[in-house]
Amino acid sequence: MDRDVALLEACGRRAFLRGVGALAALTVLPSHAADIPVRIGLTPVFLDDQMSFLSQWRRWLEVKLGRTVVFVQRGSYREVIDLLRAGKLDFAWVCGYPYVRHRQELKLVAVPLWRGEPCYQSYLIVPADDSRTTTLAELRGKVFAYSDPDSNSGYLYPRYLLTTQGENPDNFFSRSFFTWAHRKVVEAVGIALADGGAVDGYVWETLAELHPELTRTARVIERSPPLGYPPFVARSDIPTVELARFRAVLLDMADDPQGMDLLHRLRLDGFIPGKPELFDEIARMAARVRNP
Amino acid sequence: MRTLADLSLRWKIPLRVVAAVLGTALAVTVALVARDYDIVRQNLEGHARSMGRVLAHTLVMPVLHDDIWRAYEILQSAHEPNPAAPELQALVVLVTDADYRVFVSTRPRAFPIGTSAAAPGGAYGLLRAELSRGSPTDQRILEPTDSPLFFIMTPLIADGVALGHVILAYAQPALLPRFLGQVGRAGWVTLVVLLILLPVSWVWARRTAQPLLRLAGAMKQIPLELEAARLADLPRSGDEIGQLGEAFRRMVAEMQVKQEMERQMLSSERLAAIGRLTAGIAHEINNPLTGMLTAINTFQRHGEDPQRAERTLSLLQRGLTQIRNTVSALLVEAKVEDRFFAPEDIDDLVILVEAEAHAQAVRIVVDGRIAEPVPLPATLLRQIVLNLLLNAVAAAGEGGTVRLNAYSSPQQLTLAVFNDGAHIEQQDMAYLFEPFATGRETGHGLGLWIVYQITRQLNGEIAVESEPGATTFTIEIPYGKS
Repeated sequence: MDRDVALLEACGRRAFLRGVGALAALTVLPSHAADIPVRIGLTPVFLDDQMSFLSQWRRWLEVKLGRTVVFVQRGSYREVIDLLRAGKLDFAWVCGYPYVRHRQELKLVAVPLWRGEPCYQSYLIVPADDSRTTTLAELRGKVFAYSDPDSNSGYLYPRYLLTTQGENPDNFFSRSFFTWAHRKVVEAVGIALADGGAVDGYVWETLAELHPELTRTARVIERSPPLGYPPFVARSDIPTVELARFRAVLLDMADDPQGMDLLHRLRLDGFIPGKPELFDEIARMAARVRNP
Repeated sequence: MRTLADLSLRWKIPLRVVAAVLGTALAVTVALVARDYDIVRQNLEGHARSMGRVLAHTLVMPVLHDDIWRAYEILQSAHEPNPAAPELQALVVLVTDADYRVFVSTRPRAFPIGTSAAAPGGAYGLLRAELSRGSPTDQRILEPTDSPLFFIMTPLIADGVALGHVILAYAQPALLPRFLGQVGRAGWVTLVVLLILLPVSWVWARRTAQPLLRLAGAMKQIPLELEAARLADLPRSGDEIGQLGEAFRRMVAEMQVKQEMERQMLSSERLAAIGRLTAGIAHEINNPLTGMLTAINTFQRHGEDPQRAERTLSLLQRGLTQIRNTVSALLVEAKVEDRFFAPEDIDDLVILVEAEAHAQAVRIVVDGRIAEPVPLPATLLRQIVLNLLLNAVAAAGEGGTVRLNAYSSPQQLTLAVFNDGAHIEQQDMAYLFEPFATGRETGHGLGLWIVYQITRQLNGEIAVESEPGATTFTIEIPYGKS
């Protein structure tokens, strides 16, 4: 608790300093920079009104950045990462797993705070009417739903768990498939298309609040330890000024009434700069899965 | 009980109109239901076939890439309910691999991924066998017998290789609700048609039936009230009913003429009979009168002689007796208290006639006798039989035969007298039982008259059958009734 309070206080102080810095940066930006849009990559959002949310967020960012903002959405993490690595995107909100794999090519911009922490968990779920299964190990030979092959919570963690138990994740399940979105993992497990699934704990908890009828169809059997929350990252060759400016805008979001409102709709508390070490655990899990 | 055939036309015609309307409505409804069902079925089949083709086409990539969730989402979009045509929604959409195992389905709980699609059993079990038949690249419709489902099976083909099948299971369109709906609509239309047609048919029935009813009424008055029947208000039209009325009027007119003629004939006949009777009585009385008047005349002229007086008186007595006999024969009375007619009477009668028969060389044969007395007056019956036997002996002639037959049933005595002599001419038959209508020189002509009178007074019947060589008088007299 003490740590959380200290963090928030620190945030407030730093936000003020960054605000001043941002103002200074705006004046030194090249005149043509305003015409080149900031391209931000996003993976599927689970909100019902995501279009209206994204357009509001985009307008808010445009005001704060003083530049045109373009959101680029793709169906999978990989496509977003590829675009980022190819320099076609400036920033992207990606999962910790691809981040750690391409850490050298990417720059960490900011990490969201969820429930006061830059962390979240992976939940392993089974259909609600399956009252017997209590561990992942009991799903041997069953059908399993992953969210995305580049997802930490929806792919890496359950595979890591199986690896630590001496199982080969590739043939532990009779069948597995990707739904390409966490929310759809919940749906697939809820209708018993899959006998189990791995889902982002943040998405699950938010769905439990917004769509309890959906989470009621499934049951959480295991939770991962806290892992680094999916961060905002930038391409490696992003100009420092732009990186600093975008980071400043994100870090100040919680102090802005509109920004707070947008954060609230995402059930987030704000952003912190974050350190790459936050994702070391994910990197360790990835290494373990790669070399069992 | 009144049957339909006994109903008046007044009711029959509207009832027939109702029956015709109902029959038509029923036939049209059945035809419409059948047609409707066909259309629904064809629509459904067409829809299902194109849905199957689209799905098979769309699902090739997800199946090739093992993308179960994408395949599921495609199935879901194809499976969305359509409130306007609920029957177009497939019950189950199933994607199977080449081994008939479930790749994905819209009902994962019933068809878990990787299990055999035949596992739920029933019709699904039969499909597998069907898959092995026919061309593997053709879309097929399967309707397993005894199943409420039918299936559209579309192969998933990539580069000419069958990856599996898309199986759409549909419920057979429910016939009953559709039928009830049609019947309901037809019922309303029928009701409206009946509301219009019933008054029309009612009026029509009255118009058609009225002349027939009047005709029927007029016919009931025949033959007693010919005049009323003639004056009845009958239809005067050119159609069949009018012709019937015309024919009826003609018939009534002819009957009237005939009735009039008969009345006139009867009256003249009666007058003639009275004339003949009067002449006979006059003759019968005149004969003794003439003799008596002559005797009185002779007595007046030669009087005094007691012997003559004696003779005259005797003659007068005989003459008057004869007249009295004639008169009493005419006034036959059956009031006499008498013993019952017994079997012995038959024998007596034969003996009585025997002498006469012997003289004529006529044979008398008794064919039948009564076994015991019957409660009928013996004297009167003896009189009847004696007269008939004497007539028969006379009619039989030289060497002829007379037969007497008598038999009784519990309530009737029958007497039959037969002779094989000359028959009675047709023209004489009419006057047979009139007094003095004798066909012979001898006799006073009262024999059959007496037979007739006695029989009638005993409530009996006389029948005569006569042809050359065979004449039979049959008398039936009832008894034993109160």
